[in-house]
Amino acid sequence: MTFVVSSLVILMLVGAVAASFFRDLISAVIAAALVSLAAAILFYFLQAPDVAMAEAAIGAALTAAIFIIAIRRTKRYEE
Amino acid sequence: MRRAVTILLLIIVALGISLSLAKIPFGTPKTKVGRHYIDEGIKETGATNIVTSVVVSYRGFDTLGEVTVLFIAAIGLGVVLADSGREKIRKTESASLVLSTGCRVLFPLILVFGTYVFIHGHLTPGGGFQGGAIIASGFLLIYLGCRERRISRVASNLAESLGGLVFVVIGLLGLVFGSYFLLNFLPKGTANTLLSAGVIPIIYIAIGFKVGSELASIIDNLIEES
Repeated sequence: MTFVVSSLVILMLVGAVAASFFRDLISAVIAAALVSLAAAILFYFLQAPDVAMAEAAIGAALTAAIFIIAIRRTKRYEE
Repeated sequence: MRRAVTILLLIIVALGISLSLAKIPFGTPKTKVGRHYIDEGIKETGATNIVTSVVVSYRGFDTLGEVTVLFIAAIGLGVVLADSGREKIRKTESASLVLSTGCRVLFPLILVFGTYVFIHGHLTPGGGFQGGAIIASGFLLIYLGCRERRISRVASNLAESLGGLVFVVIGLLGLVFGSYFLLNFLPKGTANTLLSAGVIPIIYIAIGFKVGSELASIIDNLIEES
């Protein structure tokens, strides 16, 4: 239990740091979605399934899709 | 130089947050109202899911504000991305066979699951916002997989307006039949059955329709423009 929770927290940290360091914005969005997904699983383990569902649907799916649509209109690589 | 300043600022912020949180004992109940919701929530609202009883019943007015914020965001996006007369240069290359077949198989299932989540909001985890978001992600799949299909603007606007209208009208009916806005005036029934908890399921179904159509129309606006 502690192992699962702590590895999820480490995954979130890695995803967040990776999202800020990627030059390719699509990869950054996917890393940010990974943070949301790990947060959703973490919410489930912390007995908050309501929040977990909202986080998985909005954080991991819709936000990433909206960012990718926006990137398609602008530039993919950060200078 | 900038990086050093950033790191210094981050350390200061982290120090401030950790110092202010260190005094609060972790995990101990600090307010009495939370205990009251857990002990009396089922009896007072009839909803087995305590989160729902707080979101729709005890803090129903806040939820109305939350729905309004989402509504304003969707309207703002629609205004910004409104058709400015320029012709569509979007080329519609059809999706691959796997994606289009998968979306045709999965879309009804996602729709049914989202509907289940918001109809059973007072019994199981989930509710209007979660169900609406799941339905909107189903529409996102349609836009990715079956690109020639479009949701009808009229139908989504109708679902959105009806959802908001039902929420407000039920709140006002509480004033008619009782003393305050969003009063639970219907019989509560036996807890843990589908037809229980009075107005809570009706409000959550309205919220589900509203959130689902709003998020779907946000995606629709964005994809039409790109």
